[in-house]
Amino acid sequence: MRRLIVLIVTLLLAQNVSARGTGDLGIVIERADGSVQIIETSTNSSLGRIEGLGDLSHASAVYSRDEQFAYIFGRDGGLTKIDIINKKIVKRIMQSGNSIGGAISQDGRLVAVSNYKPGGVKIFDAETLELVADIPASYGNDGLLSKVIGLVDAPGQKFVFSLWDAGEIWVADMSDSTKPEITKFKNIGLNPYDALITPDGRYYIAGLFGEDGMSMLDLWNLDKGVKRILDGYGKGEQKLPVYKMPHLEGWAIAGNFAFVPAVGRHEVLVIDTLTWTEAGRIKVHGQPVFVMARPDGRNIWVNFAVPNNDTLQIIDTQSLDIIKTLTPGKGVLHMEFEPRGGQVWASVRDEDRLAIFDTDTFEQLITFKAKKPSGIFFTSRAHRIGL
Amino acid sequence: MKKMLFKTSFPEIIVLGITLLAPQNAMAETAITEVNPARQNELMYFVKHDCGSCHGMTLKGGLGPALLPETLSAQPKEYLVTTILEGRKNTAMPPWKSMLSRNDALWITEQLQSGRIDQTQIAKGAR
Repeated sequence: MRRLIVLIVTLLLAQNVSARGTGDLGIVIERADGSVQIIETSTNSSLGRIEGLGDLSHASAVYSRDEQFAYIFGRDGGLTKIDIINKKIVKRIMQSGNSIGGAISQDGRLVAVSNYKPGGVKIFDAETLELVADIPASYGNDGLLSKVIGLVDAPGQKFVFSLWDAGEIWVADMSDSTKPEITKFKNIGLNPYDALITPDGRYYIAGLFGEDGMSMLDLWNLDKGVKRILDGYGKGEQKLPVYKMPHLEGWAIAGNFAFVPAVGRHEVLVIDTLTWTEAGRIKVHGQPVFVMARPDGRNIWVNFAVPNNDTLQIIDTQSLDIIKTLTPGKGVLHMEFEPRGGQVWASVRDEDRLAIFDTDTFEQLITFKAKKPSGIFFTSRAHRIGL
Repeated sequence: MKKMLFKTSFPEIIVLGITLLAPQNAMAETAITEVNPARQNELMYFVKHDCGSCHGMTLKGGLGPALLPETLSAQPKEYLVTTILEGRKNTAMPPWKSMLSRNDALWITEQLQSGRIDQTQIAKGAR
């Protein structure tokens, strides 16, 4: 017993003294308490908690390229830089009244935030969080500001984002950070609700809420403009009430297929990424929210909007069949795969816990407490375009 | 108050009159809208987390507008109940009638208008 205690103390001291890597770390947003839990995937355990991050009811995060710092974008316009090794807030600013998400630049020196109020994008120095550029999302002739969604980083020190109210896609070239060079694409469709950039950083695709379809921009050929894909996938059918906006991220690409949620339908749409045409649709349990490919692309995991948010379904990307339906519990809000895909973490909000599944056997390996968990973000995102 | 009345134009007096009467109405109807405590907790949770995904967990707004008393109290109760149950066309507001009864919607409306579901209460959280 005494030897065990000595061992533990030694280990604890060692941890404090010596540096540790962060490649197996991540954070979990605890949305109701304004805190984040630091978690570790090697031991599937929690390393502690950082509190005082404000309203995290819709929060996301990006990582510094050294994976020591995370930037948390809160609902209340708060931008918080945290140190996940030393488990503390490095700096916290209130940068707007209401924000939705953010991105980090290719060179890791700029952090951009997309805001609802006032509508636009603000860009900060990643080191100091000092404002570098302010891009109001003004549209029309009356000086209106649009809510901004679907903000991602793109190669060439660019940020790309969409304007919900205006139906526009903007590309901001930050090569000279003091002078953002903005290219605007107008009339891209009604109410883009979120967007993804393909993992290679070439195609930016915005999902439309106001129309059945998606708008795609080839960042290698900006002069070709925005192209409509999956046009009219609902074929004029009445769509179901949308109880929660779906999300789009670059992880939905598996092999030559992209898998995206259909808005207001109990379907996952399959797109052939060679031709950008519909390659199929898969009937699922409810309205999909996150449609995420396992890192090897063999399976797709899907969660759903209320009232079907107690369920996860897994799709085989070869047969396009649903091969498993899991019911982890009420309020499955988000999933995150380990970088090599062996395990997936899921947040079960209404049961105040995280559940970790083996992605081959679909067995729940472990579950532990988290307070109203939502987004889960592993440090491996630091090195992926668009995440 | 008197001074203010004298300076006020006629339509404004009517508005003021309605505003003064409105809380009384709300009080009267509150007594009608009865929801058992267990359902109240469910509805509170629903407002915080499900309405909250668009309107913000503290109801200060997001993709949808803020649901604070200062924005809602002046609006007719029936209009808000209908918005909750039927949704609002050409916006992202869906109809919730498959999950909420008319009574539920009435209760939520009263709570929101009166500020009884306010940020501090919501921040504490109903379970």
